[in-house]
Amino acid sequence: MDTIKVVVAILLTFSLFSFHSFGFQSDELLVDDEEFGLEGAPQPRFPEPTSTRSAPVTTATRKRHSDLDSDSKIEFSLDHAFGDSDFAPAGTFSARIKTWSHGGQTLTKLRFSRNNFTNEEQKNFKNLLESDDFYRIRLPSNVLSPPGRNFIISSVKARCLPREGLDEHFVIHMEGVNVLAVNYGSPGSCPYPRNLKLPVKWSFSSYTVLKNSEQAPRAPIFTEEILGGENGGGEVVQPPERSFWAKYWMYLIPLGLIIMNAITQAMNMPEEQVTGQVPAQGQPSAGAVQRGPSSAARRR
Amino acid sequence: MAITYAVLLFLIFYSFQPTLSLYEDQVGLTDWHQQYIGKVKQAVFHTHKTGRKRVVVSTEDNVIATLDLRHGEIFWRHVLGHNDVVDGIDIALGKYVITLSSEGRILRAWNLPDGQMVWESSLHGPKHSKSLLLMTNVIIEKDNVVVIFSNGRLHAVSCIDGEVLWNKDFEAESLEVQKVIQPPGSNFVYVVGFAASSQFEMYQINATNGELLKHESEAFSGRFSGEVSLVSSETLVALDSTGLILLRISFHEGKISIQQTPISDLVEDSPGPAVIIPSSIMGLFTIKINAVTIFIRVIGKGKLEVVEKANHETAVGDALSLSEGQQAFALVQHAGRDIHLTVKLAHDWGGDLLKESIKMDQQRGLVHKVFINNYVRTDGSYGFRALIVMEDHSLLLLQQGTIVWSREDGLASIIDVTTSELPVERAGVSVAKVELNLFEWLKGHMLKLKGTLMLATPEDIAAIQYMRLKSSEKSKMTRDHNGFRKLLIALTRAGKLFALHTGDGRIVWSRLLQSLHKSEACQHPIGLNLSPWQVPHHHALDENPSVLVVGRCGPSSDALGILSFIDSYTGKELSSSRLVHSVAQVIPLPYTDSTEQRLHLLIDADKHAHLYPETPEAISIFRREFSNIYWYSVEDENGIIKGYALKSKCNGNVDDKFCFDARELWSIVLPSESEKIIATVTRKMNEAVHTQAKLIAADQDVMYKYVSRNLLFVATVAPKASGEIGSVTPEESWLVVYLIDTVTGCVLHRMTHHGSQGPVEAVFSENWVVYHYFNLRAHRYEMSVIEIYDQSRADNKDVWKLVVGKHNLTSPISSYSRSEVVTKSQSYFFTHSLKAIAVTSTAKGITSKQLLMGTIGDQVLALDKRFLDPRRSVNPTQAEREEGIIPLTDSLPIIPQSYITHNIRVEGLRGIITVAAKLESTTLVFAHGLDLFFTHFAPSRTYDSLTEDFSCALLLITIVALVAAIFVTWLLSQRKELQDKWR
Repeated sequence: MDTIKVVVAILLTFSLFSFHSFGFQSDELLVDDEEFGLEGAPQPRFPEPTSTRSAPVTTATRKRHSDLDSDSKIEFSLDHAFGDSDFAPAGTFSARIKTWSHGGQTLTKLRFSRNNFTNEEQKNFKNLLESDDFYRIRLPSNVLSPPGRNFIISSVKARCLPREGLDEHFVIHMEGVNVLAVNYGSPGSCPYPRNLKLPVKWSFSSYTVLKNSEQAPRAPIFTEEILGGENGGGEVVQPPERSFWAKYWMYLIPLGLIIMNAITQAMNMPEEQVTGQVPAQGQPSAGAVQRGPSSAARRR
Repeated sequence: MAITYAVLLFLIFYSFQPTLSLYEDQVGLTDWHQQYIGKVKQAVFHTHKTGRKRVVVSTEDNVIATLDLRHGEIFWRHVLGHNDVVDGIDIALGKYVITLSSEGRILRAWNLPDGQMVWESSLHGPKHSKSLLLMTNVIIEKDNVVVIFSNGRLHAVSCIDGEVLWNKDFEAESLEVQKVIQPPGSNFVYVVGFAASSQFEMYQINATNGELLKHESEAFSGRFSGEVSLVSSETLVALDSTGLILLRISFHEGKISIQQTPISDLVEDSPGPAVIIPSSIMGLFTIKINAVTIFIRVIGKGKLEVVEKANHETAVGDALSLSEGQQAFALVQHAGRDIHLTVKLAHDWGGDLLKESIKMDQQRGLVHKVFINNYVRTDGSYGFRALIVMEDHSLLLLQQGTIVWSREDGLASIIDVTTSELPVERAGVSVAKVELNLFEWLKGHMLKLKGTLMLATPEDIAAIQYMRLKSSEKSKMTRDHNGFRKLLIALTRAGKLFALHTGDGRIVWSRLLQSLHKSEACQHPIGLNLSPWQVPHHHALDENPSVLVVGRCGPSSDALGILSFIDSYTGKELSSSRLVHSVAQVIPLPYTDSTEQRLHLLIDADKHAHLYPETPEAISIFRREFSNIYWYSVEDENGIIKGYALKSKCNGNVDDKFCFDARELWSIVLPSESEKIIATVTRKMNEAVHTQAKLIAADQDVMYKYVSRNLLFVATVAPKASGEIGSVTPEESWLVVYLIDTVTGCVLHRMTHHGSQGPVEAVFSENWVVYHYFNLRAHRYEMSVIEIYDQSRADNKDVWKLVVGKHNLTSPISSYSRSEVVTKSQSYFFTHSLKAIAVTSTAKGITSKQLLMGTIGDQVLALDKRFLDPRRSVNPTQAEREEGIIPLTDSLPIIPQSYITHNIRVEGLRGIITVAAKLESTTLVFAHGLDLFFTHFAPSRTYDSLTEDFSCALLLITIVALVAAIFVTWLLSQRKELQDKWR
């Protein structure tokens, strides 16, 4: 409330899936990047995440850059309600509208300034915390002509918000200048048995992210040649990489077994012959004589 | 390495294909197919020729069929498109069926014996009008002529080839043609109608060349109401718009005279305006005042006389010409449990040609339509047969005082289906009627054994097959071990409930719901929803399960609701109630009370929630879970999705403690200029998910599935592109898909498909959604998959954390935590357009999933979910291949063996329902449209049971033989040893 108010103007840009990694970047430079990098891009529906961390009270003021005069600045308000009460203004979003050469309009550089809770509101919020009730917010569905067709409402159990202060996280889904939906809640987890915990500081720290629609991946298109070429190339090249052993192990192992078997048999055979011949000492010559010719015949 | 690789690949491919195929002799073993045609609108008999007697019918489901008059079987049947409504049918030349359809734009001729289309001609005209078909006996150049009035133009078409011989426009702006009449024996036709509803117009036209012979008109001081009855070839009867004055319009020889007769002159105590029942009976017409049917005869020069007032429900058939100048017509009257069929001569009210009384099943309701046909009896007199259409849409043929056959055509229009378990088999309760005796059992096994050993003769094989098909096992009325036997309970459009046995598809019971019966208070009752109400587990032996039917009085969502509770085993209506509120949504809650009745929340049109059953116990259970109940509504015409929670008791009516107010928690407003909701899908409530984790073998990683019951898939298209495919260019059409958490309204994922359009068919299961749409740029259908994974639990893959217990896997998941999800998606081309899509569901969710797609050809095609894996890549690594990832292709394969309907077509397919059996490997699949089809389906083969043709006898015999062999060899070896020792 009466704390020192520091004017902070930081634009933090992150990738879509990692808003946690804060990194400093000069905003002017970024704008130029967008201007020149994306102007005339065929695709208006690109994701453009922006995240601002606003100090609780003061509006984040920034120096206007003369380049941006063609862009118009707009503001739209955030309303809140405690339980089933009526909605009352709670803060203001300000952003720039960028008009593309093909007529599409998108919001950039969203920033948010949250009004502080009045005493009345603080009391209401405490009641919500005690009864584990809903804290509801709403946004206009069209930022150019609020409220548009209807209000976008979102709500969260009040007990999810208090941490050190009050932490809130907005993900605003946009389609041109229309707000489709807002995911509102605590920036972290809110495990189920929600315990009553009063915030130490009655000030909000808000994180806001703008989200546009993603492009769906296209069905892969193969032309016949590529498919054929890849398949043919891939399968021909691969076999030589394998070693001789890897290729023929299934033949080598049985072969080895057979050899081993043969060796053991060969080892046994002479012994048998020796042992068998010992008792009949007189006959070997006859046997040798008998065998002689036949083996000779075989050799021929 | 090479061989393992090859074997692996072989196994991968081998594992999908034969899982689905079916051998010839397995057809009909677990599947059944029933053919229906829907509620008959018009029937034409064809009985003059010798040969098979048949009747040609057209139905409200746009079916043209010929039925066998002896048995009621379908000879042939054609299902026209859903926007090709049949306006009229007739038989020409004794061999062609002529049909006029599609608001009188298409005239077709079908060959009567086999149903081949002979010709088709399209008729166009200057303006929209009533469509009338008239068979003439005029012959132009040897061609029989059929005269059609449609779209403000009169056409004469040749019956031989469908060539338009002449046509004549009726340009007059306000002319509403009512009848086209050909007086007998003449060669001109009268076209009569009303202009500006206060002027009667008569055109006389030469039927041979379309020349206008005469045109007369006569103004009437009042206004005509729509319908007319023809009482002679030159006299009409109509009513004025107040319904109090009868108008007899005669145009004899071109002179029009209108004679007015107040109804109060004929009927003394006429309580209200009358309605004319259009007919064309000589000298007789019928009007209806409230529930009273009054028959009025036209005598001579304009004298009207009431011949009968019938207080019972009466149906009147059209006239049938018997002989020269003689006409007969039929009327059916209800008298208690019987119906009286009377055939009378048109000119002689007193003389009944036929009077029969037939006992009628009360569950068929009232007679809606009657068509008669005559035949010559053996004694030379006329006999009559009558085809009647009942309130439950069934079709019956009556002849000689009995019902010759009946068809349950109500089953062609199923609204909702649920299943119920059968009774538990009890000791002492005999099921002997279907039990086999021991001898037959043995004989069966011997036959099977013979079959296995290939010793069976062809007769034996036939006997085996017959035995398998007629197996008493599958049609028993008790619960089985595998959970294959169930009751399919189906609610039809006619408000009738059928219970079908899954074993053979027979109707176990059927009930025409009295609560969905038309009454004073409820003029147009319709059934909405069917859900299991009470499923007893604790008292399964002595309590019957019951189902809840929710309906409402009228098509608008603010009409009052109707509840009806029906016993699932007997079909008895346990209780029913008229609600004092409307029903917009029915939400079965996951809580049951002590009698195991499921709590239901009915949301009315004013967003109040009403709790059922209305018991104090239900309230106390409900109070406990009060803050955990959320629901959502989709207003697709506004493009707004809203989420609600309960707030408090209703303010308005103090005494109703079962009524609760809702509070709006979130809303999503889609810009109306760029998006229009065309499809919303959620997960099935009772789906079992086996594991939360998905192992990614490639990088030794674990991903956690985002398994939430509160996910909603929404598909929107550009409003311009919501029409037919091809009506817009790719640049101005897009398809946006959303995944929305229905508790918090968080959009978890949003993705745009440029150049695509609907219709979208989608299915949601576990953590993935598969949807089908048309890609305008590629000129092809596409199917996309989105898988959604939970990142917030991704840190739990450390084994040490699991061992020490420092993981958050067991903590409850709250939708209010910020969701950190990762989605993966991929699109593939698909050849077919789809009518329905479903996914197999098994008892524990272990078996891999297959998608079941109802193709445009009315078949059900199974496709392994692995083909729709977003992780497929062109060259999967070794590890990925082992995991079962299929190399990336641009289109999804259609494997001919994977049609689970094999060669059968489920005509007019509308829905596919999968029910888990107790056996983990098997899903029961029920596809319904005009036809019904049921089968067992095992997505990964029946790995947990022996196949049906496994021969236990063979196994036993083998064991016995082995034991015997062991014994014998033991004896032999002992003897040998003994001999050796003696040596």
